[in-house]
Amino acid sequence: MMKSKKKSIWVFGDYRNYYQNRVTLQLLSKAVDLAQTIKAEVCALVFGHEIDEWIMEYTAHGADRILAIDDPALKSYSTEKYLAIIENLAKERDPEIILIGATDFGREFAPRLAKRLKTGLSADCVGLDITDDGLLLQIAPSFGGNMLAEIVTELHRPQMVTVRPGTFKEIPHNYTRKALVERLPLMKKLPKSRVRLIEYERSVEKEHTIENASVIVCGGRGMGNRDKFKKLHDLARLLGGDVGATRPVVYSGWADHGALVGQAGKHIKPKILFSFGISGAIQHTAGLGEADFIIAINKNPQATMMKMADVAIIADASDVLKTLIKELKKRIRE
Amino acid sequence: MLNLVVCLKQVPMVTELPWDAKTGTLRRDLAAGMMNPACKHALEAALQIKEKFSAHITVITMGPPAAEEVLREALALGADRAILICDKLLAGADTYATSLVLTAAIKKECPKFDLILCGAYTADSETAQVGPQLAEELDLPAAAYVEKLEIHGRTLRVRRMVDNFRETLEMEFPALVTVSMENYRPRYTELMGLENAFGGDGVIVLGAAALGINASLFKNKGSRTKVRKVFLRKTQKENVILQGTASAVVTEFLNKYQRKISTAIGKSIEGKLNDEE
Ligand SMILES: Cc1cc2nc3c(=O)[nH]c(=O)nc-3n(C[C@H](O)[C@H](O)[C@H](O)COP(=O)(O)OP(=O)(O)OC[C@H]3O[C@@H](n4cnc5c(N)ncnc54)[C@H](O)[C@@H]3O)c2cc1C
Ligand SMILES: Nc1ncnc2c1ncn2[C@@H]1O[C@H](COP(=O)(O)O)[C@@H](O)[C@H]1O
Repeated sequence: MMKSKKKSIWVFGDYRNYYQNRVTLQLLSKAVDLAQTIKAEVCALVFGHEIDEWIMEYTAHGADRILAIDDPALKSYSTEKYLAIIENLAKERDPEIILIGATDFGREFAPRLAKRLKTGLSADCVGLDITDDGLLLQIAPSFGGNMLAEIVTELHRPQMVTVRPGTFKEIPHNYTRKALVERLPLMKKLPKSRVRLIEYERSVEKEHTIENASVIVCGGRGMGNRDKFKKLHDLARLLGGDVGATRPVVYSGWADHGALVGQAGKHIKPKILFSFGISGAIQHTAGLGEADFIIAINKNPQATMMKMADVAIIADASDVLKTLIKELKKRIRE
Repeated sequence: MLNLVVCLKQVPMVTELPWDAKTGTLRRDLAAGMMNPACKHALEAALQIKEKFSAHITVITMGPPAAEEVLREALALGADRAILICDKLLAGADTYATSLVLTAAIKKECPKFDLILCGAYTADSETAQVGPQLAEELDLPAAAYVEKLEIHGRTLRVRRMVDNFRETLEMEFPALVTVSMENYRPRYTELMGLENAFGGDGVIVLGAAALGINASLFKNKGSRTKVRKVFLRKTQKENVILQGTASAVVTEFLNKYQRKISTAIGKSIEGKLNDEE
């Protein structure tokens, strides 16, 4: 048995979204950090078919050990199969910590794995550290990111978290690095998946949900009417973003319910948020706790939205929107 | 006849959020509640199934006595039976413990369920973990973030969008889904219905003991995680004020923040500084 006595920090190799989202590399980098503090090794898990590319990549980005299973049966992601495999491995090798990217797959998969391993899990962490008593400090947002919680798993192992993509910086690759690559056979009693994948299609266009969009253009009642509101989509398209709306706008039928932002709707975390003709009622701003940079456009400089903005533009919302679209069209270079 | 279970959670309404300024924690005991938005979508999905097929809907919540309100609301909307799990012992449960308790209640009160519907996530804790963990406890095939459900006999077909993949999945009953907020726009409650629902008894209240959960057992089997500290995130805003004609403010804005915008959109808008003095 290659059982290592050293403590181990596992990173789930989530490579399916590699080109949009390098969360595994970011986690490896943080794992290297944490491993120094608790004297552990960093171990990447890579399952799939024809996965050598990822073994190399994770080695170059900081893994000390790779647990690899290369088998045609693992050609596509399957929650149930991956659960059985990692449950098996974890019970055999007792990792101290398991880090999983908070991709959609990760957030569906990790809770089930934690349950099987009878341990705790914090969701969508935006910070990790080691406490004085040697525990993994899990910093997770709540209430739309208006609050942060420091969470620990005191008694149970492994300590598990999902981590929001973009939270940590990857270390530059180094192709001269070496890792111990363990190529493992597929477990004999791999369960059949009870969930059948009938059809799947990668959206070529970066189709994102508003919860994950990095640019959001929000509009409120100050847009005046439905037609003017629709122009927000032109701006969102130019910026590769999504459109959000306030409740009166949704009720008037200018936008779908799926676009509602706030306590009755979605919580968003864009890098840039445009807020057109929105007063900033608390029920709406409750969903904006994690917006990085806010530009508000409002006729009324006293509006709450203007006070909580990084840039407050005192002007007519539709005029600014039209001009901004025109100007951006001239400037954007692919 | 389809047997549906919808798990609902009451979450605090933000207008009412009473923060304890010293500890930075939320006085949940003082907060007025509402039905969690994603749970409303899950309930709507169940109601639409009930309109199409013959179905019976049980709604379950674990929470303080006041959480009964969301059950009454669900009854008014068309749910058939409501269960409140309420016990001091269960306060502060994490998702591990919550899913354990919900499982006990489902096994006791509706063991013959065909489909369990949860919200994709809650507005307060946002873990999105209770649904998948419930599926694990009950050993069910499951799908998260479901936008559309179709039922053909005993087969459930769902559509969802995950990680830039549009997927169609199938599984057999019994199964579990968590419902996203993309579709299934919740219906409004008729005032009459609400009044009626608040009038009758109709809500079954269960304590931990009734579910076979005792204090010492729950200590070992309960929450795995512990919250050490909660604090308000305060971010410093630049608060630059721009005023003037639309073209003047737009130019000024783009010139000043071109780098930031370029980074966020992954395309360059830099370099062309027209109208700059
Ligand atoms: C229980 C409950 C839950 C709620 N949940 C939500 C929720 O989830 N999300 C949500 O958004 N709301 C929610 N609301 C409603 C919320 O309280 C506000 O009513 C709503 O957010 C206001 O939307 P608004 O800013 O678009 O409209 P208004 O408050 O009417 O603001 C319009 C703004 O536009 C500005 N304006 C007008 N004309 C122009 C112009 N030509 N150019 C520029 N600016 C202009 C005005 O100065 C004003 O500031 C909820 C309310 C309740 C009671
Ligand atoms: N206390 C609870 N009672 C009933 N259902 C719950 C409870 N907590 C969570 N859920 C269900 O699990 C979903 C996801 O919750 P969460 O994991 O907290 O984000 C919710 O939308 C509910 O359907």
